[in-house]
Amino acid sequence: MSRPGVRLALLGALVLVIAVATLRFGSAKPDDSAGRRTTLEKIQRSGVITLGHRENSIPFSYFDDQQQVVGYAHDISVAIAREVQRELGMSGLTLKLVPVTSQTRIPLLINNTIDLECGTTTNNQVRGRQVGFSTNYFISGTRFLTRKGSGIHDLDDLAGRNVVVSAGTTSEIVLRRINAQRKLGIRIIAARDHGDAFVALEFGKAMAFMSDAAILYGEISKAKRPDDWHVVGTPMTEEVYACAMRKGDAEFKAVADRAIQRMMRDGDMRRLYARWFQAPIPPREVNLQVPLDPKLSALFAHPNDLPLQ
Amino acid sequence: MNLSLDWSVLPAALPFLLQGMGFSIALLAVSLLGGLVLGTGLALMRLSSNVLVSSFAAAYVSIFRSIPLVLAIFWCYLLVPMVVEAVRGVHTPIGPMYSAFIAYVLFEAAYFCEVIRAGILSVRRDQTSASLALGLTRAQTMRYVILPQAVRTMMPLILTKSIIIFQDTSLVYVISVSDFLGAATRIGQRDSRLIELYLFAGAVYFILCFAASKFVEARTHRKVAT
Amino acid sequence: MNYHWDWSVFRQLTINTVDRYWEWLLSGLALTVLIAMLAWVLALALGVLLGIARTVPFRPARTAVGIYVEVFRNIPLLVQLFFWYYIVPAFLPLSLQNAINAAHPVLVQTMTAVLCLGLFTAARVCEQVRAGIEAQPKDQFSAALALGLKRHQVYRYVILPMALRVIIPPLTSEFLNVFKNTAVVLTIGLLELTAQSRQVGEFTGHIFEAFIVATLLYFLVAQTVSRLMGRLERRLTIPGESGGGR
Repeated sequence: MSRPGVRLALLGALVLVIAVATLRFGSAKPDDSAGRRTTLEKIQRSGVITLGHRENSIPFSYFDDQQQVVGYAHDISVAIAREVQRELGMSGLTLKLVPVTSQTRIPLLINNTIDLECGTTTNNQVRGRQVGFSTNYFISGTRFLTRKGSGIHDLDDLAGRNVVVSAGTTSEIVLRRINAQRKLGIRIIAARDHGDAFVALEFGKAMAFMSDAAILYGEISKAKRPDDWHVVGTPMTEEVYACAMRKGDAEFKAVADRAIQRMMRDGDMRRLYARWFQAPIPPREVNLQVPLDPKLSALFAHPNDLPLQ
Repeated sequence: MNLSLDWSVLPAALPFLLQGMGFSIALLAVSLLGGLVLGTGLALMRLSSNVLVSSFAAAYVSIFRSIPLVLAIFWCYLLVPMVVEAVRGVHTPIGPMYSAFIAYVLFEAAYFCEVIRAGILSVRRDQTSASLALGLTRAQTMRYVILPQAVRTMMPLILTKSIIIFQDTSLVYVISVSDFLGAATRIGQRDSRLIELYLFAGAVYFILCFAASKFVEARTHRKVAT
Repeated sequence: MNYHWDWSVFRQLTINTVDRYWEWLLSGLALTVLIAMLAWVLALALGVLLGIARTVPFRPARTAVGIYVEVFRNIPLLVQLFFWYYIVPAFLPLSLQNAINAAHPVLVQTMTAVLCLGLFTAARVCEQVRAGIEAQPKDQFSAALALGLKRHQVYRYVILPMALRVIIPPLTSEFLNVFKNTAVVLTIGLLELTAQSRQVGEFTGHIFEAFIVATLLYFLVAQTVSRLMGRLERRLTIPGESGGGR
């Protein structure tokens, strides 16, 4: 390419970037002025609700051995979809499932690929600036998964060691912050998803996998030898999970809240908990045997949508 | 690390793996077809005497040829649903698979543009003059005289590139689309048999690509011989 | 749907409250460039050796290199990367495995990426070098041998200087491929440029700004490389030879 050619190409590149940027502005403006386009209207018009789900967040949202999406949070999202259908008086509503990761869930909500994401998403203030949250449906603390006999018992044992987290999770944020502030020298590996993170742990690339305890128990359940692993450490933060949706869509949020709160009121949520945390679950039919946390039963009794941090 | 390999998970996984392979092949077909069509358009634009048109095509090609496919996939993953909605004015639920198709078409078109442009330039100039003198329009000259010859010289390159594209389809893994490798990863993680599944997937890719490359080689040699 | 453009996010403190986001992107760029350069050195050195080996009159060498090329060319990079990162270490002696696992993950991941990309690209460089050598007129060899040069001297002083000049353009595009392929290493958790731009996007909510900057950085590096290689090609052109076909 000749020299002016290069310069033209550079110019063109800039033009394209600007075009992309203005396209975004252009499409955003009329959307706001020409009447609010709410999620409910979109669902009514298209007859489809698109649910974001996780591939590997056992027992919340994951693929079972038939490659079907199952889990505690998935059941909640289906219940919300049914509530939406009732609200809109639709005879049929198609559920479309899109797999998301910790890193893609928020962009996909913002760009309208998915309407609702119920998985292991922490309801916190930082995220609350970008997306809206339903009523909380789970509480968990962040802890460490490690091989038995690894000598790891708590955060301080990890100084100078390799620790894996799922990229984009609150665990990553907390660990990076504490590591920098307390100068622990922990080397952090950011894996694509919980599944990849556990692979890194299993293959010895990391000494521990930091995540919400419930997710860690889920990972143990599919290990080759579940007895080799255990969850350790004092919970470093408390995480409340809620379904994420587009921000500022009060009508849609009201429907989602209604569905979740009804489940909590009439005991369905308690039964759902027993189904996924105290009974054999696919794919291996392992029972996670996680007793109901008093804090969680308090949440079921007094539903709220408040972020903890 | 216990290294005893256990292949018993494979039979049960086969239907799902096959489904993944179906997606990989569909992605290859779409990127080839779409890439060639869009690539031809871009090549003609680059050869246009209009500076604006040709520099737009040049900019397109140099941007797409300098970013990683993974980044292009992420871009489309974000932008495609928005663009579709902006164009149609209606919310259209569109899955990540379609974003993947579009990402590959846009990305490979930049490569094919260069191949096709070189192919067109390889046809001697006096052929254009001769065709025009015979009364063909410029479009007809391109369609009936130049392109058929250009395609013939480009064929080996296109076939070789399709083998590379087929391997690159595995990159949709990053947006959680279940292509062949994605399916293998998913089953491997679920059943804790990742090594077996990856070795199997590697072997399948090798057999397919090796056979294809031998086919391309044989074909190219035959062409040269005749 | 609102998207608020805010280019100042890069100046904000990151989630670890120590670094700033532009530093994250810069470290990603540095890793990308570092991996690309090291992998390219490996690929070029190994590729030239293998390319020569593919043309020597010694069948076992040609066959062995042929197998190498076919294996590395016909398996997706992602599978190869997984192989080098997870499977190969599992076959090493236990003490070595432990040493690798205890080392800094960025170091291990970078080395793995360099090895993987280097070996992968060497197969392609090898084929280019072979083509370059085979493009040289046969009588050059005979003439050089007749002048009393040893076979390795013929390669060193006659064939290679010509062959390598011819293949500068395809090698340039192979280098750009290595540079772009570095993005694949984000799958083993290494935070190179693409991964860092996603991290910034995730933690700030400004994914478009992050992606636009990453795209521009890739573009600038690629343009710089092709310009430098173009200059190199012009400088190395032997007067009278038709160089590069421009």
